Amino acid sequence: MDIYLLETIINGILLGGVLALLALGLNLIFGVIDVVWIAYADIVMCGMYLIYYLNAELHWPLLLACSVAIAWVAALGVLVHVLIIAPILGSAPINQLLATGGLLFFLQSFATLLFGTDFRNIGVRLPIIRLSGIYISSARLLAFAVAVAGAIALYFFLKRTFIGTAIRAIAQDRDIVGLMGVDQRHIYLVTSAIGGALAGLAACLLILQYDVHPFIGNTFGPLIFMICVLGGLGDMIGGFVAAFVMSQIISIGGFYFSTELSYVFAFTFFIVLMFLRPRGVFSR
Amino acid sequence: MTGRHAMFAGLAVVLLALPHFVPPYFMHLLIQILIWGFVYTAWSIMGRFGFVSLGHGAFMGVGAYVPALLWNYAGLTPWVGIPLGMALSVLLGLVVGYPCFRLKVVGHYFALVTLALSQVVMLSIVAARDVTGGSLGFTPKAVGHSWFALQFPEKVYFYAISLALWLTGIDRGIGREALDAIAEDEEAAASIGINVIGEKLRVTLISAALTALGGAIYGQYMMYLNPETVSGIAVSLQIVFAAIVGGTYAAIGPTIGALLTISLNEGLRVAFGTNFIGAANTIYGILLILFIIFMPRGIVGMIEDTFKRRWRGKTASTA
Repeated sequence: MDIYLLETIINGILLGGVLALLALGLNLIFGVIDVVWIAYADIVMCGMYLIYYLNAELHWPLLLACSVAIAWVAALGVLVHVLIIAPILGSAPINQLLATGGLLFFLQSFATLLFGTDFRNIGVRLPIIRLSGIYISSARLLAFAVAVAGAIALYFFLKRTFIGTAIRAIAQDRDIVGLMGVDQRHIYLVTSAIGGALAGLAACLLILQYDVHPFIGNTFGPLIFMICVLGGLGDMIGGFVAAFVMSQIISIGGFYFSTELSYVFAFTFFIVLMFLRPRGVFSR
Repeated sequence: MTGRHAMFAGLAVVLLALPHFVPPYFMHLLIQILIWGFVYTAWSIMGRFGFVSLGHGAFMGVGAYVPALLWNYAGLTPWVGIPLGMALSVLLGLVVGYPCFRLKVVGHYFALVTLALSQVVMLSIVAARDVTGGSLGFTPKAVGHSWFALQFPEKVYFYAISLALWLTGIDRGIGREALDAIAEDEEAAASIGINVIGEKLRVTLISAALTALGGAIYGQYMMYLNPETVSGIAVSLQIVFAAIVGGTYAAIGPTIGALLTISLNEGLRVAFGTNFIGAANTIYGILLILFIIFMPRGIVGMIEDTFKRRWRGKTASTA
């Protein structure tokens, strides 16, 4: 096989890791609260800016900055739920999507106010690994490993703990869970916090690979919604697989054509699949 | 009904007289308000029946780029190019709309499918950068004052065009009853012989065609197109929000949305200057969230509700 193609495929798999992590957080919120946070990628952007600010401007150690960012984005997730989602939980689902769309405008323009439209990075560039002619970015490798570890941790949290079980139960049947003595509001808060924390973790991994700017959310935001829906609402494993399918389309499409066209393929693929399998590719 | 028509006629007279008094800068704002008001109205033709499309950036982009490209590369007059762009838009609406309605892709899913469509169009424009200029944008060849090229350096022409456009868009009562019934209860509507899919499709295609027309006129007026400003997720969301802020259930609502958002943007730009970039959208974003939480029917919807309560006694006695 062409060695460059192989490199492309490997990079695609590594990209899939971060996308999977993002899709996981979004999918959790999507599945449990039945809300689409259209500003999810922009919450990630907030995390990236915080790490940039703490590390590059205040010279905090990177690990400390990352930990603070994860906690902060988790808190942001709770805030989004309490301030925006909770008041309109009972109204049409599309209103909740649109309200977080307002948040998208707010976050993007607020970031522009604070930092301007410049591309910024923390100046840390991890080395490139060379493996029998194939070049792999170690930042991507790290992102992939952490994303997979995060997904596994989440899996065990959902399977093994009481609150995890309650979260899964609520995703299956919203009404009956209340009768079992589970407080929905409490579960929603925990879910939003976890969703936020996953966004924070993704921010840590992305800041190592990409420059942050106010509109970075627009580049991968739509993609992660598509991944979520393709995998099937609330279906974590489906979402995980879909992330890798989409990242391969983008990676290989980018190799043979151009980045933009590869995204065109990915979105077209999504539209077509929505018509073939409206409830997710892996639905029964 | 006659009262409402008289009100529109009065408004039209005022609008026709305006160019004689208003300085060019405000003329420019007014034209933008009318064109965007028309686009937002076109969106709400669908939106008010509960199909929240995030794909109207696609229709607008196609509508704007097709005539401009045909003009620059083939010398084809926009009088032909604009209908072609509208036709292509309708085709896109059909290809995506029909399966959506057939398979009952609704709510979140409908929003996300249409969002994907608007991204497909925007990224296609960027990807075809050899032809379209990509993210740098595209400038139609200017020939000065020309009816053939539909280019008028004098603002008054575009004012007249956009006013006519807006007036045709505002008064479309197309099949309201059938669609209201569908929005209320689809199965019941189908059971009394309403062709549910056909009705939904009709509204979608009209909305797509009008949005494309709005995009085309916007392009002809601005004489500059950019994939970010006429297509993609940002424009799609802008359309949805302005329509909602104004109120999608009233004919005038989306135009009020355009008036408010454009004045807010300009006001803040003038007040703070360009070094305070982002201030307008920060406030805009907060307003949107507040609107959706507290006033989902928009400004006009809220005003109507207030007046209806007051007038209820009066209308009851005349009826």
